[in-house]
Amino acid sequence: MIKLSPRLSQKISYLLLFLATVLAIVPGLLIISIIIAKGKDVFFAWDFLTLMPINGMLDGGIFPAIIGTLLLIIITIFLSLPIGIGAAIYLNEYAKDNLLTRMIKLSIVNLAGVPSIVYGLFGLGIFVMYLKLGVSIIAGVLTLSVMELPVIITTSRSALKSVPYLFREASLSLGVSRWDTIKYIVLPNAIPGILTGVILSIARIAGETAPLLFTAVAFYTPYLPHSIYDQVMILPYHLYITATQIPNIGKDRIFATAFMLLMIVLTMNFIAIIIRIYFRKNRKW
Amino acid sequence: MKKTKNTIIEIIIFMCGTLSVIFVVSIFIFLLKESLGFFREYNILKFITGRNWYPDSNEPSFGIFPMVIGSFLVTFGACIIAVPIGVMAALYISEIAPKYVHDILKFLVELMATIPSVVIGLIGMCTIVPFVKNFFNIPTGLTAFSGSIMLAFMVMPTIVTISEDAIHSVPWKYREGALALGATKWQAIRRIVLKEARPGIIAAIMLGIGRLIGETMAVMMITGNSASIPKSIFSPVRTMTATIAAEMGEVVKCDIHYKALFAVGLVLFIITFIVNFIADFFLGKNK
Repeated sequence: MIKLSPRLSQKISYLLLFLATVLAIVPGLLIISIIIAKGKDVFFAWDFLTLMPINGMLDGGIFPAIIGTLLLIIITIFLSLPIGIGAAIYLNEYAKDNLLTRMIKLSIVNLAGVPSIVYGLFGLGIFVMYLKLGVSIIAGVLTLSVMELPVIITTSRSALKSVPYLFREASLSLGVSRWDTIKYIVLPNAIPGILTGVILSIARIAGETAPLLFTAVAFYTPYLPHSIYDQVMILPYHLYITATQIPNIGKDRIFATAFMLLMIVLTMNFIAIIIRIYFRKNRKW
Repeated sequence: MKKTKNTIIEIIIFMCGTLSVIFVVSIFIFLLKESLGFFREYNILKFITGRNWYPDSNEPSFGIFPMVIGSFLVTFGACIIAVPIGVMAALYISEIAPKYVHDILKFLVELMATIPSVVIGLIGMCTIVPFVKNFFNIPTGLTAFSGSIMLAFMVMPTIVTISEDAIHSVPWKYREGALALGATKWQAIRRIVLKEARPGIIAAIMLGIGRLIGETMAVMMITGNSASIPKSIFSPVRTMTATIAAEMGEVVKCDIHYKALFAVGLVLFIITFIVNFIADFFLGKNK
């Protein structure tokens, strides 16, 4: 084997690492650009976004799926955000290093790792069957909330952690109670970090299909949901069935649905990055 | 008055904290409850080692062995592609890229992490699947190989992000020490940084494996859903996740098939529990 000079081997290695990075990033960008290229016409087809599907989903629009996805996102965040922030505050501000805390941390790690389809089974077992909620928005939302909880706890916790310890000590030394210190000093400074986490979980929730398969989704509903006990159509599931179960559907309809879904996800990502840049500039420490 | 209010709030916060434990335990209990019902009617050994999954025949058999093989084949294939590329990309992003390139790359990786798996499945169906069919001249492109390629893209962000964190957290003085002794920057990275970051990189790989085994929608769309033991990586396979997703919609609630799918869920839960436990162990080591 030829022994390369350290200089040359550094150059070659850097080149290889750079190529690997390109290889890691480009497929993702390619996926995004294919969807945009093939689905962008939906912008000019207002009917597609605002009409109900008709004719076995071969015609009409995807309006109920868009509404369904938005509904699930809003209610899930509404449920899981307060609990997640509460849990993060407990872990970061109150918890002592004892057995219970270690159990909580291990549980969070495992909740985050449970496959989404297993959450679907869990939701089916407890919410749909045991609590008799049926296949409904509420059953789906409860399932998603349990699933998003570890993500919200983890991101909120690192936001709380990034608030310097001195802030707390200064407040406590003035005789302010622990909870008031958290409420007036720690939380306001942690909000940008928490917000970024929430927005990225919205992007995740928008794309979730597996946990909702047996808990919330309908193959097709001719009307919008009237209450939280109704089934819903959602974008990712609609995309799945149009792509795999309906053989003679137009390709442009499938890609238009994918485009809408991707737009929600990309918008959320951009909002997150804007918040991050804005608050990093205005940070006081 | 204020004091009682604060105490109440602190109790609520404590309850929020313990809720995660309650959820993990109740997920386990619900899976176990239905699975035990299944194992009363069907031998657990036959379930794990059985080679046939015929839930609808007159004498139904529920052997998950082909699905376990299917899940591992797809996961293994995706790892072979994603791990070397992902770790090398993490090295580049963390050690070599200039600051602004670093920020852009991190943003792109984060963006990739949020692409929904149905979208990845769709793209796989119209790119990789026909390509594999024509290029290798096989009857169908819906194979474990196609699934592995698409899943490799999908798991890339997990591996890159967590490896990058691990590499980034190696103290600066280690690199400076090596450089002061006359090592090139690459020698310092390869001999010192990579070695110090190893536990974190192992954790990244384990978390990636956990995600791969649990992935459902993309796998269901690309791997062909054939519940027989695959002959090679170019055969159609069916994973445990896809079996649950495809069949749960059609079963009669509470019959043996329904319970059998919960038992498959229990197997998945136990596998990911172990994988995540190992990942957490290595992450702790990294600090």
